[in-house]
Amino acid sequence: MRGSNVVGEAAVRAGCRFYFGYPITPQNELPEYMSSRLLEVGGTFIQAESEISAINMVLGASAAGARAMTSSSSPGLALKQEGISYMAGMELPAVIVNMMRGGPGLGNIAPSAADYFQATRGGGNGDYRTPVLAPAGCQELAELTFTAFELADCYRTPVMLLGDGLMGQVMEPVVFPDPIDLESRTPLECTLDGCVNREPKKLYSMYLGQQGELMQHNWDLQAKYETITAKEQRWENYLTDDAEIVVVAYGTASRIARAAINELREKGLKVGLFRPITLWPYPKKHLRALAGDKVKMAVFELSAGQMVEDVALSVGERSEIYFYGVPGGVIPTPADVTAFLRSVQAEDGKKGRRYEI
Amino acid sequence: MSQPAMKQVFKRPDSLKPAETHYCPGCGHSIAHRLVAECLDELDLREKTIGVPPVGCAVLAYNYFNFDMVEAPHGRALAVATGIKRVHPDKFVLTYQGDGDLAAIGTAETIHAANRGEKISTIFINNAIYGMTGGQMAPTTTLGLVATTTPGGRDPDRDGRPIDISRMLAVCENTVYIERCALTSVKDIKKAKKAIKKSFQVQLDRLGFSLVELLSPCPTNWKMTPRKAFEWVNQEMIKTYPPGVIKDTTGY
Repeated sequence: MRGSNVVGEAAVRAGCRFYFGYPITPQNELPEYMSSRLLEVGGTFIQAESEISAINMVLGASAAGARAMTSSSSPGLALKQEGISYMAGMELPAVIVNMMRGGPGLGNIAPSAADYFQATRGGGNGDYRTPVLAPAGCQELAELTFTAFELADCYRTPVMLLGDGLMGQVMEPVVFPDPIDLESRTPLECTLDGCVNREPKKLYSMYLGQQGELMQHNWDLQAKYETITAKEQRWENYLTDDAEIVVVAYGTASRIARAAINELREKGLKVGLFRPITLWPYPKKHLRALAGDKVKMAVFELSAGQMVEDVALSVGERSEIYFYGVPGGVIPTPADVTAFLRSVQAEDGKKGRRYEI
Repeated sequence: MSQPAMKQVFKRPDSLKPAETHYCPGCGHSIAHRLVAECLDELDLREKTIGVPPVGCAVLAYNYFNFDMVEAPHGRALAVATGIKRVHPDKFVLTYQGDGDLAAIGTAETIHAANRGEKISTIFINNAIYGMTGGQMAPTTTLGLVATTTPGGRDPDRDGRPIDISRMLAVCENTVYIERCALTSVKDIKKAKKAIKKSFQVQLDRLGFSLVELLSPCPTNWKMTPRKAFEWVNQEMIKTYPPGVIKDTTGY
């Protein structure tokens, strides 16, 4: 099944009955899939007039108690930041898919990972974070879509699924999780459904009080983010036990890296892969655990260098850090990564560069 | 001697909370709030209602209205309301929006929700000025009216002309009922209430989108006394925005 359709099918099985979106390449297969699939299950699909409208329809559906989703690609995500910030402030759940493309501006539609900062640093205005999940294949697209809805409900927060055009197009066999029983889902406390036999509810992100109400709200949010950071880090170690070079890569880049690692292992080079699955919270301690005098970190990204900052924050000066990035929608080959890792081993600076803290 | 029979003839509507208002003296919002609340009470809708206030002076409407409400980003009320109504087609969904919210930053959301024929009732407060931010030009600011960003008054060449979004919306086939009323005389207020109630009925009958535009005084930012502001609506503002039914395909 194609990656975009996998996300759509997994969302429906995870209880999503409301999808709102605006077309943008390279993720149009997802809204197209949802437009027909939601009809079959009695859900609602609206092609909104803009990304801004789509995310605000998600906000409304979420406030009304539904599992709701939107998807887009990089420039569209920039537009959605307003709604994401409001939902973070109002503590409303939602799942937002970003199949990234190259930028800045319109860029191009080829796979890219240039929205890492935007995704992991909040993205909109205010002191907030959204959990970010980075799948690296169809099976994981299915499973992490489920995880995204669960995290969103559990922590009442928007959750982002961060892929790229390649992740949306890749075709692989998938075993889907069983559909959830929508009837058995307990309504969230924030659900607006009319004030029958109860006091009216109000959902808002504005705190005008003069007694530090907004500050307190922010500290409450931060406490929630600390809980998420403590409990929800996900990552994968691949051949890292004896690795002298640990490649750090996620998503599409991690698949390219894995092929390079397999090739170099056959030639006796001790290389492994650390693959963060949650980009926020970043699995810092688990990466740090791999660091040491005799281990080099080789960061490989489809950007000019964004996640490498989190690697630096995780590892500090415990390991030398090297970086190789390809921005702007050019997909490097495993041979490029092999050359990078050879260069890291030789410290000759021929491919990639030493990253100074 | 027996007590004379007593009958309560006036009270606060259940759909309003007993809250002190933050609105300025002479502001039309308080009147509009009350009319909305009375209509909801009369149609027994309070417990079915989910409301969406604007960003602007009425952003705090959830402190006054006694039913479920959710804040929307500036201009996005009708997108948020769309999401709510599609989840709860059996609930009553209301947006309450000012001119900046509905006719400037939220123009796209407004037009497309109307064009989809969302079964939502919209109360549109037109006071021709940005109130909460301190009197800047609104999309509806009338020619010549002095705003803090229109030195010498709104100039059609420099600032464009006041937008009549209610008439624009009437072009969409899925809009069912649009009426413009003033809030500045007893007679007009009664008309406004009738219009609001009718627009609520349109939603209950699932006919499509409806909107009631209310010409509302803003003495503070017009720099007028309340009395003068009411007169200005009745004598000047109605020249740009003549009250009356703009569209009605209800068949009522």
